[in-house]
Parts: sequence; structure tokens; C-alpha cells
Amino acid sequence: MSATVRETSGVTTRRIAHEIGPPLAGIGGLIAVWAAIAAVTTTEGVPSPLETWDAFVAGMADGTIPEATVKTLIRLVFSFVLAVVFGSMLGVGLAVNEFARRSIRPLVVALQIVPFVAWIPIAVIWFGATERAVVFVTIVGSFPSMTLATMSAMRQVPPTLKRAGRTLGADGWALYREVIVPAAVPGFLAGLQQAWGFAWKALMAAELIIAAAGAVGLGHLLGQESGDVPGLVAVVAVIAVIGVLVDYLVFNRVDRRVRRRRGLLIED
Amino acid sequence: MIDVTASEGGEHRVPPKIVVRDLVKTRRTASGAVTTALDGVSFDVRLGEFLCLLGPSGCGKTSILNVLAGLDEPTSGEVLVDGRPIEGPGPERAVLFQEPALFPWLSVAGNVSLALKLAGTPSAERASRTRIWLANVGLSSFSDAQPHELSAGMRQRAQLARALASDPDVLLGDEPFGALDAQARELLQDEVQRVWLDRGGRKTFVFATHNVREAALLADRVLVMSAAPGRFVEEVRITAPRPRRLDDVLVARVVSEAHELLMHEVGRATRADPDLPVAEVSS
Repeated sequence: MSATVRETSGVTTRRIAHEIGPPLAGIGGLIAVWAAIAAVTTTEGVPSPLETWDAFVAGMADGTIPEATVKTLIRLVFSFVLAVVFGSMLGVGLAVNEFARRSIRPLVVALQIVPFVAWIPIAVIWFGATERAVVFVTIVGSFPSMTLATMSAMRQVPPTLKRAGRTLGADGWALYREVIVPAAVPGFLAGLQQAWGFAWKALMAAELIIAAAGAVGLGHLLGQESGDVPGLVAVVAVIAVIGVLVDYLVFNRVDRRVRRRRGLLIED
Repeated sequence: MIDVTASEGGEHRVPPKIVVRDLVKTRRTASGAVTTALDGVSFDVRLGEFLCLLGPSGCGKTSILNVLAGLDEPTSGEVLVDGRPIEGPGPERAVLFQEPALFPWLSVAGNVSLALKLAGTPSAERASRTRIWLANVGLSSFSDAQPHELSAGMRQRAQLARALASDPDVLLGDEPFGALDAQARELLQDEVQRVWLDRGGRKTFVFATHNVREAALLADRVLVMSAAPGRFVEEVRITAPRPRRLDDVLVARVVSEAHELLMHEVGRATRADPDLPVAEVSS
């Protein structure tokens, strides 16, 4: 009995090592290279990993980083949810209706192509240097990829599956409910993941540039002209870590689960 | 061209299950050229008959089945089921596709019960009929498996169960076993023959195939088609008793006769010479 337990935990340990070993090696390598560069440069522009860590610890201790992170995440979730709801609904509309697709799709592609930073001055003119301007930029920066991904996921459903569904009695909305929408889920998830990346970037840019009076956020911390280089690098690291963690722990995981269930994932 | 409609004889008191008159199907290729897949075919299918459309690839068998399924509209001509024109696809005319077309997000049982779900069958009955059909095709222990976990033959069996679970009047098979290995194909053919026999003349099966042996094994009647554009060049009635086996003497004789005819058509198709005379109709 105890042998079995030990063996199982051994397998688990090995699996965890297999999962997180390579990314840890990547991060370790990055820090080593960074430390080497910091050691040979003499300017104050390149803080060492240790100085950065100290700045991070200080930021955590005085509460600026935790507070900024929470405020930023609230803003992000709010904007991202709106972008996903609006973006996917528009995507469904474009997939279903040819006239809508031909008239509106080019506009969405145009929005996708215009860098989201370009919206910041316009947002400030429309909404002032406010929360609303920040949310606007984040939504405009992320919903087009959601719309385009939803639309193509629904339009790329294999015709054989649609035909099979129709012969089984799925017509009109039932065909969408039982065949087209479920078949589009992997493409929809890919859009979600991409939109998340865009939303995160757009929000950081918006927070950095639109400095509302008294506004708190990770991007705002970058916008303070304090000259505290280790502090800035620490904030950049926090932004990167949050982005990667959400991508890995939420989107990547769901995506893998769905694809494994459908036999679309080849395990190595 | 031979007449394979039932209108002339007095022997058919029961109106045919399926009536096809002067069916023409043309389609536009990607380059914009119009090709004729079917050049005015007419035939009837009796209620409870097992009909095979036998012909070389590209002869238009699939076009006929797609029209019967309601997935395609005829360019011209008339297609009636139970005396009424076909209005789109429906679960009363189930289709076996060559590629199993199972839904990868549903379990095997979920696939089999989908038509019942769409028809609003109560869930208890849905579950029991799904169980029965999975048992019928030998997939009981794979009820919760995902389609990708099945072998090619098992997927086709799952598709067979899915097509039949909603108790269709007509089963259309579009070369459903064409991509299987010989062993899996024979198992499926036995399965189909058994299912058809079990329903004692109430189910009408129309299968397209390029496999002479399959047609001889399964069909009451085989319509041999010419190379494109598709027309019927021969009608073979097979009266061999059922259940049949491939090594039955009668089945073997039909195979050798039809084989010659079909090879001729395949040869015509490969040479792509439409002016060659068609085969003599032997009876």
C-alpha cells in the first residue's frame, strides 16, 4: 500500500518537474544573461536583478504594487468581459448574415489594423483623462480579434458536419445550437486568448498615457517620472508575469482540455 | 438508356417509396465551366427495397443520393418520396457518409442520440434507444468514448447507429464503407444486411457503391451507371436468398457479370471518350 502511494507521488513529482522544468530553465537563463549585462554596464539605466527584486519587495511592502495590481485587474476584467461579449456577438452576426459580413467585416479588420495606441488621444478628447477613456481604449484594442476569430470559427465548420447535422434533423437555429457553435469552440477559444493579449497590452498603454488625477494602476506606475529604474523594471516584470500566468493557467489549459477531448491534441 | 421505372407494369400495386423522373444535375466548377453530373435519370424504389447504385467514381451516384437526402436541389426533374417532393433534409431519410462525420465534441452515445434529441424524444426513451442501437452495432462498451478514440470501422458502426436510432424510413449510403479495410467492410456489410432484414421490408435502403461485391451482397436490385454524365446502362435483379454471403453461388455469378460491365464503364471513364457505345444490355 505504502509502496503504491510512494510510486504515485513519485510520478506526480516527475510530472510537475516535466511541466515546470523547461519554463524555469528559461527564466533562470534570462536572469543570468540580465545579471551579466547589468554587471558589465556602468550606467544606471540597467539595474541588476537583485536591485530590481529589492524594488519589487519595497513596492509590495509599501502597498503600491498590490494596490495597482488590483485596480488594474478590475479594469481589465471589466473591459475584457465587455469586449468578449460585444466582440463575439458581432462575430456571430457577421458569420450568420452575408450582408453584415460584407459591409462590416472590412471595418473590423481596419480597427484590428490600427494600433490601439492611436485611439488614446481620441479617447481623451471624447472622454477626458478618465477611467472611461482607459476602458474604451482597452475594448477597442481587443474586441476586433474576438469578432474576427468568432466569425471565422463559425464559417470554417467542416461542411460534412453541417450536412450530417441537417440530415439528423438540425435545421435553422438547431443547426447553430447543436453543430455550428460547438464546432466553433476551439476557434472561439483561440480568439479569446488573442483578445486577452490585446486587452492587456491596450490597458497598459492606456494607463501609462492617460494619467487621470489620482488614478492607480500598473500602467500608471510606469507613467510616473520618478527616475526609479529598478522600480520601473519591477513593474514591467509584474505586468509580464500576470499576462503569462493568465495565458497559461486559464486560456492554455481550457484550450488543451477542449482539444484533447476532440482528439485534436497530439501528446508528446 | 434503359427504363427502370415501374410505371409500365401492373405488378406494382403499392406506390413506390421513391420516384425519380428526368433528374438532371449540373454544377459549376471552380473555373466557371458547367459540367453535367446527371443527364436525366429516372428510377423508382419500392417500399422496403434495397437498391444499389453501382458505377465508376464520378458517375453521379453521390449526386443522386445528395438530392434524395435533400442536401442538394435538382437542376431539373422531379424527385418524390411517398408521393411528395423533397423539401430539404430530414431524419426520416438518414444518410451514411463515406467519411463518418461524427461530432467530435460529443461522446459516441451523444452522437447516436442527437437525432432523437432534435426530435424532442423524452430523455428516458432517448437513453434506452441509444443503448439498444449501440448494442446492435457492438459498441456498448464505447458509449462514453470520444469518436477519435474509435477505429475507422467502429466509427462507421457508430455512424450507422446514429443514422438508424431515430428509426428513419429510408437509409441512404454514400459509399459508406469505401474507405475501410476489407475486414471492417465485411463486418459492416453484414451489419447493414442484418439491420435491413430485421426491419422486414419496411425500410428502404439506397446505397451508392463502386464495389461490385458489395452491391451483389446487399441489393435486391442493382442499377449500373455509366461514366459521367451518369445514366443507367443496366439493371440487375438479385433474387439470391438472404442472409447472403459473398461466396454464395448466385452472388458470385452476379459479381462476375456485373464486374465485366462495370470494368467497361470504368474504362470509358478513364479514356474519357463519351462517344464509345455503351455495353450491350443482357438479360
